[in-house]
Amino acid sequence: MLAFTFRRIVMMVPILLGASILSFALVETSGDPVQEQIFLIEQSTGDPVSPDVVEELEAQLYYDRSMPERYWLWLTGIGETNGDIGLIQGKWGPSVEGPTTDIGGEVGERFWITVRLVLLAVVASVGIAILTGVISAVKQYSAVDYLLTLVGFVCLALPTFWFATLVKEAGVALNGAFGTDLFKTYRDSTRGFQGNGWEVLLDALPYMILPTFVLMLTSYASMARYQRAAMLEVLNSDYVRLARAKGVRNRTVMRRHALRTALIPIATFAPLAIVTAMGGSLVVERIFGWNGLGAYAYDSIKAADSFAVMAYLLIAGVLTLIGVLISDLLYGVLDPRIRYE
Amino acid sequence: MSDSIKRTDYSAEAITTKERSQWEMVLRRFLRHRLAVTSLILFVLIVLFAYVGPFLWKWDHTLHREIPSLAGPTLDHPFGTDQVGHDMLGAVMRATRQSLNVALTVAFGATAIGSIVGAVAGFYRGIVDAILMRIVDILFVIPFLVITAALAGNISGGTTWWHMAIILAVFGWLGTARAVRAEVLSLREKEFVEAARSVGGSDAHIIFRHLIPNATSIIIVSATLQIAFAILAETTLSYLNLGIQPPDTSLGLLIQNAGGSAFNERWYLFYIPGIFIILIALTINFVGDGLRDAMDPRQTMVRR
Repeated sequence: MLAFTFRRIVMMVPILLGASILSFALVETSGDPVQEQIFLIEQSTGDPVSPDVVEELEAQLYYDRSMPERYWLWLTGIGETNGDIGLIQGKWGPSVEGPTTDIGGEVGERFWITVRLVLLAVVASVGIAILTGVISAVKQYSAVDYLLTLVGFVCLALPTFWFATLVKEAGVALNGAFGTDLFKTYRDSTRGFQGNGWEVLLDALPYMILPTFVLMLTSYASMARYQRAAMLEVLNSDYVRLARAKGVRNRTVMRRHALRTALIPIATFAPLAIVTAMGGSLVVERIFGWNGLGAYAYDSIKAADSFAVMAYLLIAGVLTLIGVLISDLLYGVLDPRIRYE
Repeated sequence: MSDSIKRTDYSAEAITTKERSQWEMVLRRFLRHRLAVTSLILFVLIVLFAYVGPFLWKWDHTLHREIPSLAGPTLDHPFGTDQVGHDMLGAVMRATRQSLNVALTVAFGATAIGSIVGAVAGFYRGIVDAILMRIVDILFVIPFLVITAALAGNISGGTTWWHMAIILAVFGWLGTARAVRAEVLSLREKEFVEAARSVGGSDAHIIFRHLIPNATSIIIVSATLQIAFAILAETTLSYLNLGIQPPDTSLGLLIQNAGGSAFNERWYLFYIPGIFIILIALTINFVGDGLRDAMDPRQTMVRR
């Protein structure tokens, strides 16, 4: 098991490298930060930018070198640098915002905001998925099953941005109707996470309800389908029939025999759900005005801030790989038929 | 005399039921699936609305001076008009058409790439399989929404629907490739592949005439899922202003323009485009589900 884990982690390195090269090339072809900055300066001053300024910008953003050179610098920081680039040295590269903005610091702060949203939403959606999936399977072809299936299909078809806007406006309308401010519909906290843990929690809770609800509903449906299928398969299996034939009570059969096995697929699915929820968080963060990673990725794309976009892609890529690894390992732990040599 | 007896005997024993081909069976099974058939009819109606509608309706999605701004739904403007005076029925027709253009192109493109990559990887196995699947792994690691947003958001000269379609198709084929590969891995061991090879069939012949046709059910189902997936991705990007640009329009852009009008008197600006997205994604998912059941060879005509 340990050897297997180690081998899997070693295998991830080339995949991550390949992904970083490919995304670096794609991000570079999609936007030129130097041109974007020149455009912005020209717009604000109205004069053409002098060649000196262009050169300075290029030097600052390492655009005076070729793309492969820039990638090498971004990855290792070995060579002639301004001392702000080199991933393996913990430096994320220069931002177009200027030398005062440190991408690493920015990302580090926002990371936890996004993780808070994504983790809570995934835990909630897994919970709902298990509940509805099991009910659907136990009451197969009943009205309850059809209703839950229909709701699941509708949730699968819901565009996150539309639903998030709807829920946000509903929150505003409810607040207006009852004269309360129970649902906070904009920003992630009042005080920016100052104070002790309890204060932070109390402060952040009203802000979390609606975004978590949106992200939960838009991501639970496919897991609920898997849960229903898994539970049905187990319920029709021989050992459950044997347990019933022995005269085991229905509740015990469900809890001890059926559910335990039927949870295996969803347990392996959950780590990957985090990856999907990361994508959804980009939309949700923008609509609810959270200063998380997703909002950062959006702003960086808008500003053609290549190194900042790369920072997001890298973090998301590492999280994806960790998610895949955990789901593989969980499968081995939970399913005794699978052994990792 | 004995002749006539024999003849009647034969006619009595002859198979009177009509022979049905595999696709007839699939069609019959699909038609029994009421929800799927209803969904298919609804989906076709939406497609007609988007592609034929503009020829029948007097307004298009562009600005006209004689249209009043912010009019509620009336007979003149069934879906109302927006702040600047677009007729929303015309705009929704155009938007649905652009969104469907993207979705159908992505479904076609991503399915084609995915099926070919999956079939080639599964057929050759070994080094080819390893390389192709590592490419799939690498693309899987890059977050879909952000990379497509980065590419679509910065196209000089404005993003059009076919830019969107190409970008989404290039990153959207991974699931199809995995599913087709898994199917081909088992198909390639079947006798008919051996037979095709023994009569001198080339690799390309085996892949395109034997393996891919036998994986059709998986391919068709994943193509329907691609439509739903693409329409959600395209409208999301357009909503974020990283997709189709004005003066052209998309369902995502219409919702973006509607802003927070869900609970005021301009509700129709928000709900109508949203419902169109949901209807397209929902009906196509039901159709896909019905097709999956209909093409499952283990299914019998009897409903369990």
